[in-house]
Amino acid sequence: MDFPILTFLTFLPILGMVIIMAMRKEQVTAIKSLTLVITGIQVLLAIILLANYDSSLGGVYEQASFQFVEKFRWIDIDNFSWIGKIKVDYFLGVDGISVPLVLLTTIVTFVAAISSWTISSSIKGYFSLFLLLDTGMMGVFVSLDFFLFFIFWELMLLPMYFLIGIWGGPRREYAAIKFFLYTLLGSIFLLIVMIGLYFSTQETIDGTKTFTFNLLAMMNADNFTSDGILSPLNPNNLRMIAYIALFAGFAIKIPMFPFHTWLPDAHVEAPTPISVILAGILLKMGTYAILRISFPVFPEITKQLVWYIALFGMVNIIYGAFCAMAQRDFKKLIAYSSVSHMGYVLLGMAALNTMGISGAIFQMFNHGIITSALFIIVGVIYDRTHTRMLDDFGGLGVKMPVYTGFVTVAFFAAIGLPGLNGFISEAFVFLGAFGVSLIRLITVISTLGILLGAGYMLWTLQRVYLGKLNEKWADLKDLDLREYAMFVPLSIIMIFFGVYPAPMLNLMNSSVNTMVQFLDEVRVFYTSLGSF
Amino acid sequence: MTESLMINIAIAVLFLPLLGFVVTLLLGSKVKQIYLFENIILIFSLIGAIILAFFKLSSFDNTITAEFVWIDLGNTPLMGDIKITLGIILDNISVLMIVVVMLISSLVHIFSIEYMRGDPRYNRYFAYLGLFTFSMSGIVFTHNILMMYIFWELVGVSSYLLIGFWFEKKSASDAAKKAFIVNRIGDIGMFIGILILYTTYHTFTLEEIFSQISQGVLPFNNDAWLTIAGILLFAGAIGKSAQVPLHVWLPDAMEGPTPVSALIHAATMVAAGVYLVVRIFGIFTADAMLFIAFIGALSALIPATIALTQNDIKRVLAYSTVSQLGYMIMALGVGAYAFAFFHLITHAFFKACLFLGSGSVIHGMHHEQDIRNMGGLKNKMPLTYYTFLISSLAISGVPLTSGFLSKDGILAGSFAFANLTGHWLFPLVGFFVAMLTAFYMFRLVLLTFHGEPKDREKYEHVHESKFIMTIPLVILAVLSFFFWYTPNPIDPGKGWVLSEWITAPELYTPENTRYEFMIPDEVVAVDSKVMFSKMYDEAMHTAHYPAMILSLIMAGAGILLAFMFYYWNKVNVSELVEKYKKLYNWSMNKWYFDEFYDKTFVAGTLALSRFLGKFDLKIIDGIVDGSAYITKGFSFFIGKFDNVVIDGLVNFFAYLSGFIGLIFRRFQTGRVQTYLVFVLVSLVILLFIFKSF
Repeated sequence: MDFPILTFLTFLPILGMVIIMAMRKEQVTAIKSLTLVITGIQVLLAIILLANYDSSLGGVYEQASFQFVEKFRWIDIDNFSWIGKIKVDYFLGVDGISVPLVLLTTIVTFVAAISSWTISSSIKGYFSLFLLLDTGMMGVFVSLDFFLFFIFWELMLLPMYFLIGIWGGPRREYAAIKFFLYTLLGSIFLLIVMIGLYFSTQETIDGTKTFTFNLLAMMNADNFTSDGILSPLNPNNLRMIAYIALFAGFAIKIPMFPFHTWLPDAHVEAPTPISVILAGILLKMGTYAILRISFPVFPEITKQLVWYIALFGMVNIIYGAFCAMAQRDFKKLIAYSSVSHMGYVLLGMAALNTMGISGAIFQMFNHGIITSALFIIVGVIYDRTHTRMLDDFGGLGVKMPVYTGFVTVAFFAAIGLPGLNGFISEAFVFLGAFGVSLIRLITVISTLGILLGAGYMLWTLQRVYLGKLNEKWADLKDLDLREYAMFVPLSIIMIFFGVYPAPMLNLMNSSVNTMVQFLDEVRVFYTSLGSF
Repeated sequence: MTESLMINIAIAVLFLPLLGFVVTLLLGSKVKQIYLFENIILIFSLIGAIILAFFKLSSFDNTITAEFVWIDLGNTPLMGDIKITLGIILDNISVLMIVVVMLISSLVHIFSIEYMRGDPRYNRYFAYLGLFTFSMSGIVFTHNILMMYIFWELVGVSSYLLIGFWFEKKSASDAAKKAFIVNRIGDIGMFIGILILYTTYHTFTLEEIFSQISQGVLPFNNDAWLTIAGILLFAGAIGKSAQVPLHVWLPDAMEGPTPVSALIHAATMVAAGVYLVVRIFGIFTADAMLFIAFIGALSALIPATIALTQNDIKRVLAYSTVSQLGYMIMALGVGAYAFAFFHLITHAFFKACLFLGSGSVIHGMHHEQDIRNMGGLKNKMPLTYYTFLISSLAISGVPLTSGFLSKDGILAGSFAFANLTGHWLFPLVGFFVAMLTAFYMFRLVLLTFHGEPKDREKYEHVHESKFIMTIPLVILAVLSFFFWYTPNPIDPGKGWVLSEWITAPELYTPENTRYEFMIPDEVVAVDSKVMFSKMYDEAMHTAHYPAMILSLIMAGAGILLAFMFYYWNKVNVSELVEKYKKLYNWSMNKWYFDEFYDKTFVAGTLALSRFLGKFDLKIIDGIVDGSAYITKGFSFFIGKFDNVVIDGLVNFFAYLSGFIGLIFRRFQTGRVQTYLVFVLVSLVILLFIFKSF
């Protein structure tokens, strides 16, 4: 591949940001249009990427079967006081695990760009930060070097902080700081483990053994030093502790119970497009990173802790659903429903088999699409009525029939209605997890989520859209063209993958199988070392 | 007619209503007449269904299936081949069922043209009917359990839309929500059953599952798990067929437009549960069957006792539906498989007729549903009256009607079952309910159509419904006579439906988990297609005439009692009510099921959710905020410490050095000679020190 498509996908927004910063404040429409064009081009690039993607290649742990790989020496210091050499690669590439998320990122960002049209203050700053955020997210999904990954991971934090803190609701500062500090706490864990892994892994570069941040090298048992603190060869290694720390770092992002309380606050205060990005993309980074880093770098620990991962998945599903049911703020309810739905991802991953992991990745994609639609749904009425309290509404279905139609589709997709995308991924998660006897009981209890989900969603549907029209809203207008432009593509995706999920499942299939096989084999090998 | 043509017709029959739904929904607000499109499409589907049934029954002995691979993940490391196929099956059961579904759906469509006229969402109503018909056809045609579940849920959502069609009414949106959620409880059971089946057999296709079971492959290598899987799958049927204890959604669902009740709550959606059990009958062990029979018996009995006292014409019919479905489920549980399916068909017609008839009454009475305000409608609505009467005779099991044939078979089946196994509860319930049925149906007929009008003013304005509404009634009433099903009005076994079309089900369960009478012996294979074994055949034979006579007596007694209560007024009803106030209230309040569920499950769930919501806010988030607070407090303290102690120390040292400087300043004389003296003295001291090492 000659054309560095991943670099373009990742850094195109930065280019846009630079242009916007050079523009004048008053060029409002131009700034918005430019953002829209940039995100639109990203969608096209993602489609080109898909068209050229060979879904028979596995990826996961070997560079040769990654695609669109770009690898250059980025930092190259030969004599660094006591460490010796420092070599960091600019290393990008995708496999079946990241491709669905790259696609998701472009779609959700594009929709969020349309949704951002209503932003009215400090346009220039908003859209600059928006595009910076875009780069950060995309970078996380395509980096294969831990150092680079970490930089992108941190890069998102800054724009997110300002986007919530400046353009948010009344308690925006509290929410922004909470979000920032909480995720930063996760980053510290991430940083420590990253450094630990660095000093435990040596890659052969130019004939000499060199410490490395290369994620793929960390998955190869031959590269571990004999005395590294996180090396399985070291009998006194701290891999278990490191795994838990790393997992906690990622769990904050998912967000996993009990680290989830930043989410409702961040969502409620964030402007609609930022909520869309937050729920649609950012939450997936946690689960993606677990799949990309935790699982293949620590396969033997993963196997040991799989029951707990499933258990946390179950708690997320059920606890999140109950909390959602208790909310009176529409947006908070949707936020908690995300907690519940991300639980399915954890449960599916814990199955460590093809159906479970496929279901988990598919669920990430589907939840991204569905929850984006849900937050836009809240945004639509908030824009019109400036309230989000469920009890303030009622009977909107009479005044806004088209809108209510889209709401029905999105709600039923969230409930997991067959024929819409949410069903396939949930069914796969359950089928995969039920096949593992260790977590079978957890799986059976988790099916309660199907019922509770229907409960709070339909109750919401009833409170807001059914019943007698609240006379306060007698002159509400139905959707305008811009809102159509957001709902139509999302609804089409929901229906398409609900009816015909095969393309998405085939896209990730060989990578998932490679992952499953790899985890199974390497685990056996590590276990034979007697390292734990 | 080739097999592939049959399959193509089936696909067309399945997808035409979906096309109708999409077109009608999208064009509904623009094109006023688009509902006609939906209606015409339904007629095409009906014609297709009749063609299918005709050719399947006349020229194909084999089962026709067609499938395609929906998801193919190939060979995977831990789970082996993952391949999910969807497909359709055309056997006698499915083609008969699709004719019933399409026929009733078309009649309901036609009836609705007039009934729903003037509704602001007129076109959308027909779109929903199309979606529902599509979902129901999917259940009928499916050859695998996953697709069954998919369409099962789609039926759930389309019924949600139809029940809540008049969603401005709180009661309607409540009822819709309740229907969906209560159904989902059953669906979870069904889903777990599917998980067990898939984990064991790695396929969703029923045929493959059956063949593996008959080869002795059991879930977790244990026949108890086969029983459990069967019961879990049956849980889906408990929800959809509104069986006790999940029956509570059906009476509430009467909030939907009345033709919808005829379609969903008489003939199709609620029949889906029975249809599911019919489809997977071969995997039920004796224990599972006993469970099914118990649920069926309870569901036959409890709602029948409730129907005795209800005053809403539709609610009486709703409870009667639950009760009749209980009959079918009980029949399946006691092994009267063919009669259960037969009753499904006959009941579909006469119950649809009753519901549409009640719709005609409600329409004529300008939305009056309380039978206490009716009376004497016989003369004003003769067509509605006679069709209603015929259907009531059918449901009561009076000879010459279809209901007599099928109900008699079920009663004989339970009789034979009791004879073989000693479970006398089932025939007892069966016969008792037969009497209750006859009684409450004729109570309904007499109070609605006979006697003096209770509400003169309304009565004056009553009119017979238009032709377009009465024609479906006439068709359905005619279908409630015996001659469609058998030439012999007292023995259905001689007719084409039972001896030719519906034959004995194949059983796949291990023989040690079956009833003794369900283990085939060699005589049976040639002799009778309906029966399981010679033993069962004989038991049925013995049971036939006693059961028939007894059921006639019970039906007669029920009708007679109704006449004594409500026509000849031999019994003072209100006195009786006063005397047995407690019993009456128990029935009137539906055994307090709703109150019980509201107080326990609903309130419990809501309380738990409120508690967890608070817990989340106060405790979990409290810890986060608390740690932030502590950090802040700590940093304030550190700040103070820094300011006072550390900086104080720095200042102290600065002060100290200043002070020392003050002293040493004295030495800084600025004269070179003094410095020289200092240097020399120091040098001597240093030398002295180093010398000592």
